[in-house]
Amino acid sequence: MRLGFSQAEEDFRAECADWLNAQMAGEFADIKGITTLTEKAERRKEWEQHLGANGWGCIGWPKEWGGRDATLAEQVIFAEEYARAGVPGRVNHIGIELAGPTLLALGTEEQKRRFLPDIAAGKTIFCQGFSEPGAGSDLASVRTKARLEGDEWVVEGQKIWTSLAHISDWIFVVARSEEGSKGPKGLTFLMMELGQPGIEIRPIRQINGDAEFNETFFDGARCPADSLIGAVGDGWRVAMTLLSFERGVSTLGQQMAFRNELDGIIAAAKANGTANDPLVRQRIARAEIGLQLMRYGALRMLSNTDHSKVDGAALTYKIQWATWRRNLGELAMDVLGQAAEVTDNPEYEWDMLPNLFLYSRADTIYGGTNQIQRNLIAERGLGMPREPRGDA
Amino acid sequence: MDFAFTDEQVMIAETARAFFTENATSERTRAAMAADGIDQALWQAFCQELGLSGIGIPEAAGGAGLGLVELAIIAEAAGAQVAALPLLGSLALCAQAIAAGGSAGQQEQYLPGLLSGEVIAGYVHDAALKADGDALTGEAGFVAHGGSAGLMVVTSNTGAWLVAADAPGVTVTPLTTMDQTRPFARVTLDGAQGEPLADPAAAIAAAHRAGFVTVAAEGLGVAQAALDRTVAYARERVQFGRPIGSFQAYKHRLADMVVEIEQARSAVYWAACAVDEGSDEAGLAVHAAKSFAADTAFKCAGDMIQLHGGIGFTWEHDAHLYFKRARALQSILGSGNWHREQVAAMILGEAA
Repeated sequence: MRLGFSQAEEDFRAECADWLNAQMAGEFADIKGITTLTEKAERRKEWEQHLGANGWGCIGWPKEWGGRDATLAEQVIFAEEYARAGVPGRVNHIGIELAGPTLLALGTEEQKRRFLPDIAAGKTIFCQGFSEPGAGSDLASVRTKARLEGDEWVVEGQKIWTSLAHISDWIFVVARSEEGSKGPKGLTFLMMELGQPGIEIRPIRQINGDAEFNETFFDGARCPADSLIGAVGDGWRVAMTLLSFERGVSTLGQQMAFRNELDGIIAAAKANGTANDPLVRQRIARAEIGLQLMRYGALRMLSNTDHSKVDGAALTYKIQWATWRRNLGELAMDVLGQAAEVTDNPEYEWDMLPNLFLYSRADTIYGGTNQIQRNLIAERGLGMPREPRGDA
Repeated sequence: MDFAFTDEQVMIAETARAFFTENATSERTRAAMAADGIDQALWQAFCQELGLSGIGIPEAAGGAGLGLVELAIIAEAAGAQVAALPLLGSLALCAQAIAAGGSAGQQEQYLPGLLSGEVIAGYVHDAALKADGDALTGEAGFVAHGGSAGLMVVTSNTGAWLVAADAPGVTVTPLTTMDQTRPFARVTLDGAQGEPLADPAAAIAAAHRAGFVTVAAEGLGVAQAALDRTVAYARERVQFGRPIGSFQAYKHRLADMVVEIEQARSAVYWAACAVDEGSDEAGLAVHAAKSFAADTAFKCAGDMIQLHGGIGFTWEHDAHLYFKRARALQSILGSGNWHREQVAAMILGEAA
């Protein structure tokens, strides 16, 4: 057991940091420090293409598909340095972290050739179509329908919470392809091109005034018959494979962003004197400890190379960070006081800390609510009997 | 990046777990509770047969080498059984202090007795201790297993001495203690003769580092055992026609225990590793670990009682042993608030 990285890995860290800092000081200085998902989206697409052109698009992927065959440690290091340099999050994170790995695992050679190089190059932006109104975390309740008409799938229905659909090129859709099927059976996983007739995207304005996710309506939208991943009716397994990629290396980069938020609170507390309040000191200490424990929890999770077994650290990570960050948002407001409740911006746009406070109410909901996560921990992690469920 | 046990560490963990599960049984612990709080036969077996007592002590000083990661593994396994042993006082605090701050002669003279279990040591800390030369006057009220100790390591904020328990001017008063598996004694020094440790600062620093990590690791063991036992109960106990573990209110509470425990596990091994590697983070890490893991132990032991219902409140059930040990872990060697204030001072500076 050791904490540190090898000299070669530290050299790689320096290489990453040098390159990223040079970009953020130079050609892409105008996007440094952006913390929302939607700001300057077009410039950030250019940035993603620049990353791809320089071989930094998807470093963990195989070289033949535009990656670098980077080791897990190198991926961790890149994610950390990426966030440390103040580079905005990836508008294509669904493509890089979910669609790409799913194609690598379950796609045909032809599908890999078609999609992977363009995802790595930042040319194809993906979003995901899992959730539906009325389904929420209950993915088995999907009602969107897909039927085969000649050599095309025709899709009818509605998805919701499709993050960044309005700036994406493709969407993957889990749809019910077998009439009358229920629950996880009879679902098919389709890749569909956006911008076609029959797909309408309506942004949803959210609690902080931003609109990063959407309702997406399918009314006779089409894709070729071979657009599916896996087999017809095999969509549930594909979706579960995809979701298993969610506990990835990017958690380490996410923590650097959290570090910036906590540092913002520390600076504010020192500036306005609340850093002398014993209760504030206790809460900041707890936040610092929580952040460190997330980092070492993630390193433990990533060091456990046997990903086949149910790993306690991995199951708990979502609740850990979501709860930690929601508490951090509340701490930020307590440190800033009423000053946090006004902004000079007439467009209802908020600085990092008030925005954190508002945005973090989503953290304990998306990707499976904390309540669903607790069921998972108890049932999959501890082997508790399942809660009786409806007749799905 | 390899933040996982080595094969050797896995082996030590399995050996320790098997040893404590088999030997530190409820019956034996309760027998020790009724006496001086030490399962003497268990301690002899641990020190002499298992060969793990010298972990964390350099081989040059007669120890087994290795480091705090391995010591934490042992303490976690002992904590999981609420073993009635002087592991914290004798090994984590006193032996560490002597190994780090004692002269070669002092190490040679005192460590073999501690590592063989023939001598039990108590750690006496009195910030206001008066030292007239090496004649010590002061008092400490909460010396773990002090009533059984033959040797005391006495520290103030600046000095560290060895004092024989039967030396003139030393009075040891055993106290009835809530956690009967680690009873306290009050130690009063009235001009007692101390033998100064060669490097007191090193002795105190080493004792604190190892003490914080050991308490944290015990807490981790307590918390995990509280969860494991509650999970077993949740499967077998049927209410309203269903195993109680199928109720969401019940399983969410279990899940919250897991979330805390996984963080405590990261905290303990981060701290132990950071000390072993001499990392800049070691100071932050040991305060984080002690405060977080002790709180986790208390939460889980408390939940263990609640989730067992009435049986969890009885003397007959072991839940109270875990609960009392967990509470003791919170207050020993500095409260959670004190440790968090140390963290705050590191990142915010001292309060004005």
